[in-house]
Amino acid sequence: MNKTVYLDNSATTKPCFEAVEAINNCLTENWYNPSSGYSGGINALGVIEDARRVVSSFIGCRDDEVFFTGSGTEANNLALFGAARARKKQGSKIVSTTIEHPSVLKTLEQLEQEGFEVVLLSPDKNGRISEESLYNAIDSKTILVSIMLVNNEIGSIQPVDSASRIIKEKNAPALLHCDAVQAFGKLPIKVSALGVDLLSASGHKIHASKGIGFLYKSSKVNIRPIIYGGGQEGNLRSGTESVPLIAGLSAAIKAMPNVEKQLIVQKQLYDKIKAMLLNTERVIINSPEDALPYILNISVDGYKSEPMLNALAAKSIFVSKGSACAKGHRSYVLSEIGLNNDRIDSAVRISLSRHNTLEEAQLLCEAIVEITNKMRRFKK
Amino acid sequence: MKEIILIKNGELVLKGLNKSTFESMLIKTIRRRLRDLGKVSVKSAQSTIYIEPVDDEFDFEEAISRVSKIFGIAAFSRCAALNKDMDEILSVVADYVRPALQGVKTFKVIAKRSDKAFPLKSPEIAAQVGGAILSAMPYLRVDVKNPDIIVSVEIRDYAAYIHAGQLHGAGGLPVGSSGKATILISGGIDSPVAAYTMAKRGLTLNAVHFASPPYTGPLAEKKVKTLLQKVAQYSGDIRLAIVPFTEIQEAIADNCKEEYFTLIMRRMMMRIAESLAIASGSKALITGESLGQVASQTLPAIGVTDIVTRELPVLRPLIGMDKEEIIVISRKIDTFETSVLPYEDCCTVFTPRHPRTRPTIEECAEAESAFDFAPLIEKAISETVYSRITRDGEVI
Repeated sequence: MNKTVYLDNSATTKPCFEAVEAINNCLTENWYNPSSGYSGGINALGVIEDARRVVSSFIGCRDDEVFFTGSGTEANNLALFGAARARKKQGSKIVSTTIEHPSVLKTLEQLEQEGFEVVLLSPDKNGRISEESLYNAIDSKTILVSIMLVNNEIGSIQPVDSASRIIKEKNAPALLHCDAVQAFGKLPIKVSALGVDLLSASGHKIHASKGIGFLYKSSKVNIRPIIYGGGQEGNLRSGTESVPLIAGLSAAIKAMPNVEKQLIVQKQLYDKIKAMLLNTERVIINSPEDALPYILNISVDGYKSEPMLNALAAKSIFVSKGSACAKGHRSYVLSEIGLNNDRIDSAVRISLSRHNTLEEAQLLCEAIVEITNKMRRFKK
Repeated sequence: MKEIILIKNGELVLKGLNKSTFESMLIKTIRRRLRDLGKVSVKSAQSTIYIEPVDDEFDFEEAISRVSKIFGIAAFSRCAALNKDMDEILSVVADYVRPALQGVKTFKVIAKRSDKAFPLKSPEIAAQVGGAILSAMPYLRVDVKNPDIIVSVEIRDYAAYIHAGQLHGAGGLPVGSSGKATILISGGIDSPVAAYTMAKRGLTLNAVHFASPPYTGPLAEKKVKTLLQKVAQYSGDIRLAIVPFTEIQEAIADNCKEEYFTLIMRRMMMRIAESLAIASGSKALITGESLGQVASQTLPAIGVTDIVTRELPVLRPLIGMDKEEIIVISRKIDTFETSVLPYEDCCTVFTPRHPRTRPTIEECAEAESAFDFAPLIEKAISETVYSRITRDGEVI
C-alpha cells in the first residue's frame, strides 16, 4: 500500500496526540458527572472550566461567553434559531449569503417557515460578498445577519467585520453571527475585532474529535436555547457536558502553533502547491486568489470528479468533491461564483492541514497527470 | 392469545405443474425465510399451510411482513388460534377483529366446522359470533350479501381459528419453480425492478455487476449490494459476480470508433454475463432495458446487443414499461432511494459524445473487429469476484 496522502482536512482532521490523550484521560480517570458535588465531579467540572478558559483566551472573549455544543452544525442551529426567536419582536428580516454551509441554509429555510424573511446575498466571481450588497440589504428591520468567515468549498474569506460596521451605521437591531468552522484555528480570530455577537466553531476541523463544537455568545445579547433540560452551559445547551471531547478540544487548541506565524508558513506552502498544480496539464484553479491558504478548489478539465476521486483514492490520495457535506449534489457554491457545469462536475477540493508537505502535493500532481493520461480517452 | 398464519390452497397461485411439488417448494421457502425469527412449525394439512410459532420469542409481526414477500402466495390470513371452546371464542373474538373492522360499516360471519364433533353447527356458531361482535361494536351492521369484511371462524381438527379479512400476498410463483436466471445489474432504477419482476415468476437469481476500478469506487459497489439485499427479501439469496471491466473499456476506446463505444461495451457485457450465467446453471439473462429509454435501448441497439448471446434467452421484463411505471415498483420494493444515489457506475464513467442510435449489426461487428477482445474477456472472467447477498447483507 502507498503512503496515505490525506488532503481532505476541511472534511475532518486526524485527532492530534494531545487531544487523544486528554480524551482518554477523561474516559478513564475524570469520568464523573461535572454536576456532581463530590471530588470526582468537581475535578470533571474543573476540566471543563479550564477548557473554557483556553477557548475564551484563544478568541478573546470572557469565559462565560463560550458554550460547548455537540458540533459546528449544532452551534449554527443554536445561534440562528436562538437569535431569530429572541429578536422576533424587533423585526423579521434575516440577511445571509447563498454560499453558507447547509447547517446555516437549512436552518434559515426552517426560520422562513416560521415567518421570518430571509434575504440571501450572492457572491462575486471571487466568492466574496461585497460590502455594497451588505449595505443595501441590511436595514432597520434586520434582526440577524449570518456570514461565514471562510467558505468551505473554495476558501473565500468574507468581510464579516464590514457587516458589523454596516449594522452599526444603519442602526439595525441585528445580531451578527459568524460561522467560523473553516476559519477557526487557521485565521487569527478575535471576536471584538470581527465585531460579532455570535460565532460557531467545531473541534474536528482542528485535530480535536468529532462531536464537539462551541458557540461564542456575547454576554451583551440573549438568545433562546433549542435544547431544554438540566440547564447546563448557562441554560443554553442542556445535556451532561461531554467532558472528554471538551478536554480534547482544549488540548488541540493548546497544541496548535501560533496562528499568525502558521498562516505565513501555510501561505508559502499553499502558493507553491498552487503553482505546481497550475503547471499540471488541464488543472484550473477555482479558489480565488486571496483564499484561505488551506483550501484549494480545482477542476481537472474534462474529467468528472468522482472517477478522478476514486482513481486518486486507489493511489491512497484522499481529496473530496466540492464539499463532503454536499455529497451527490452539484455544488451550489461553484455555481454561485459563475462556473459552468462542466467545470463544476470536474471540481476537486484539496484541503490542507499544517501537517501536509510539498512532497505530498507533488504526489498529487503526479497522480493527476498519470490518471488524466490514462483517462484521456474517456473525456466525458 | 396465540396467533398463526394460514395460507389456504385457494390462495396459492396454482399453475399446471405438479401441485405437491409446488407446495413443498413453497413450504421450504417459508421455512427458510422464517428460520431466524424463532422456532416455528410450517406444515400442510386440510388443504392449508399452517405457520405456527412454537415458542413465545417468535417475532410474529416480522413473520407477517416476510410472508407477504414470498412469491407463490396470493393472499394469506392472520388468525387467532383458540381452544375449541365456544365461551373462549366469544370472549376473544370482538377484541381480536376490532382493528380489522376499523372504518368498516358492514360485516358478516362465516363459520366452518370440519370437526363434526364440535357441539354447535356452523350457522349457530356464526350467529353467536356475529352477536358478540355486534354487542361490542353496535354501530356495525350485518350484511350477508355484500359485506365490507368477512369474519371467519373455523373449527378444525387441532384448534379453532378466527380471522377478519385477508392480507395481500406477493403473488407470482414460488422462487425456484421456474429455474435460475442471471440479472445484469448496474445500480440504476431499472435493473433491481427487472430482477424483482422475474423472481416473481419463480426464478432464483444470480447477478452480474460490471465495475471500472479505479474509476468506480467502493460506494458504487456497496450501492449494488444494498439493492440486491432489498431484492433478496423477495427472491431469496442472490449470488453476485463483480466483473472488472476497465481494461475492456479502455481497449474499446483505444481501438473502436467512438460512436460505437456503448454498443460494443454492452455486447461485451452480454458475452461475459452469458458465460458466467451458463457456468452457474442459469437458463436466461435478465436486463432492465426499456424500449427507447436511452440511446442504447433503441430497437436497433437492442438488436445488436441481443445477437451476441449464443445459448440463453434474454428476458427484458421492463421493455414495455414507462419510467413512471418502473419507479412505482421500485418504490414498492424500496430500491428507489438507493438507486438514485449519485455514484458513477461503469456506464457513466465512460460515455461517448454522440452514440449511434440506429446501428446495424454489420457496422457494429465491423467496429468491434478492430481488436481481439477474447483474451481480455477471459481475463475479466478469471478476475471476477463472487459473493452471496442475503436479506441481511453480504456473505463472502
